[in-house]
Amino acid sequence: MLNDLTIATAAERLRRGELSAVDLTRAALDRIAATEPALNAFLTVTADAALTAAADADAALKRGAAAGPLTGIPIAVKDVIATRGVRTTAASKILEGFVPSYDATVTRRLRDAGAVIVGKVNCDEFAMGSSNENSAYGLTRNPWDLARVPGGSSGGSAASVAAGQALAALGTDTGGSIRLPAAYTGIVGLKPTYGRVSRFGVIAYASSLDQVGPLTRDVTDAALLLGVLAGHDPRDSTSVDRPVPDYAAAIAGGVAGARGLRIALPREYFAAGLQPDVERAVRAATDVLRDAGAALHEASLPHTEYGVACYYILAPAEASSNLARYDGIRYGLRAPSTGGLLDLYRDTREAGFGREVKRRIMLGTYVLSSGYYDAYYLKAQKVRTLIRRDFERVFADADVIVTPVAPTTAFRIGEKTADPLAMYLSDVLTIGVNLAGLPAIVVPCGLDHAGMPIGLQIVGPPFGEEAVLRAACAFEAATDWHALRPPDVAGREAPR
Amino acid sequence: MKLTVDQVRHVALLARLALTPEEERELAATLDQILQHMETLDRLDTTNVDPTAHIVAVDTPWREDVVTNAADTDALLANAPARDDDLFLVPKIID
Repeated sequence: MLNDLTIATAAERLRRGELSAVDLTRAALDRIAATEPALNAFLTVTADAALTAAADADAALKRGAAAGPLTGIPIAVKDVIATRGVRTTAASKILEGFVPSYDATVTRRLRDAGAVIVGKVNCDEFAMGSSNENSAYGLTRNPWDLARVPGGSSGGSAASVAAGQALAALGTDTGGSIRLPAAYTGIVGLKPTYGRVSRFGVIAYASSLDQVGPLTRDVTDAALLLGVLAGHDPRDSTSVDRPVPDYAAAIAGGVAGARGLRIALPREYFAAGLQPDVERAVRAATDVLRDAGAALHEASLPHTEYGVACYYILAPAEASSNLARYDGIRYGLRAPSTGGLLDLYRDTREAGFGREVKRRIMLGTYVLSSGYYDAYYLKAQKVRTLIRRDFERVFADADVIVTPVAPTTAFRIGEKTADPLAMYLSDVLTIGVNLAGLPAIVVPCGLDHAGMPIGLQIVGPPFGEEAVLRAACAFEAATDWHALRPPDVAGREAPR
Repeated sequence: MKLTVDQVRHVALLARLALTPEEERELAATLDQILQHMETLDRLDTTNVDPTAHIVAVDTPWREDVVTNAADTDALLANAPARDDDLFLVPKIID
């Protein structure tokens, strides 16, 4: 099946002329058409542009022109990432019909590498959520079980890759939004170090935490896509000017890459509350790494329990500021309003934002408001320092940290919507990484008793993507979990 | 603490949101619950801890003060909910 290829194998077959980019893109588009009634992973499918780009890729391959690493590869892009001339909504009514006049840097890098963008994928509105249930255009379903969430906020990105609608997808990760959906749908998700990948043209949620990264079928593809995305961008002042290593070389060792790797297991991440199946699978995964030659030791990240509180002060605070730009004047929705400018702002924002977005704007405005700034925002910034120091201490004698991704596997649709705090707590094992700005990868490491995927999280020090990829690749080479696929949902309708 | 509906209304005004009475009640309850969870941070002594605003130490980048991108006025205004020729149209704010 063309839809099940990895980027690396598809690229090789394209180069050899055994496969055409148009056929590969057609297969992706057919797959999208067949599975969308069940999944609702796409907000916009760019079939015509994709087929044109694929034909161009075929022409380039035939000419023997120097092919980019992604020439002819169908890729889906999360709808918070600007795509020139293609509707970009952040899954919000307030941006309905918005067509960017420019590409985000990551979009441009994809195009420059030859990728065929097949469309824009669903997400939680403005990337705010852990289940993809906050999209203004309907939720995305988990291909492994249509009654369950695919995780959020990059749920559409993850579902599209897991279900074979695209060979890879771009997501964004602010508190775990690449890693949680990757774990819930049994694929690989990589969140780079903060500043490694440009945020120019990425619709901002929480600027000091957001980072773009790839969702792929295996670690090789994650390394390949990171190589395309990473690098300094003068248009993003937080982007770091530092050479991009050869990520493909980092994983060349395969299972031997684990030899001599020092792995820390933080006891707070294996605490009570972990679903027994998840703990078992993750412990078994650490055994695999030990058998492959890694040295394991227990460690402590004592401020882990404060991560969620810290995050849900800082992220909404930054969001309330970032989302002030949606005012009904320059782009997006304008609500009918008979009053003056203030009424226009208020009516537009009331009509355009969904419930969770309003909740976070309110929370952020509250913690930044006069009299509360020190008690909440400044306090959280200081706790962020403590969390960062915890990681620094552990990395003094560890190359990577290995943990579960989430306390449970994918939960049922509607299960947590009435209790925002319970929903926020599903990010407890991913949030620390964002607060400390670290790179982390998620790889599939098992199934629970209901047959739902379980993920393994591997965290590195700042700019330690190579170590993270090396460990992930070693685990993948020693196991078959990455080869599992969800049941085929083609021809099925979403359950009511 | 207990967050009152009046406090919610005040914050909503600051945030430029015209909430419905039902939203005001719901937010008073859920925000209160969330803020209580946040108060767990008070258990930590952060007296001599510096805040982390940014994780990567980057110097302020500088560049020459030259135009690097030409504004595509039509493309930008094409997204405006209301325009008049090359201008964004807004309600009258001065009598």
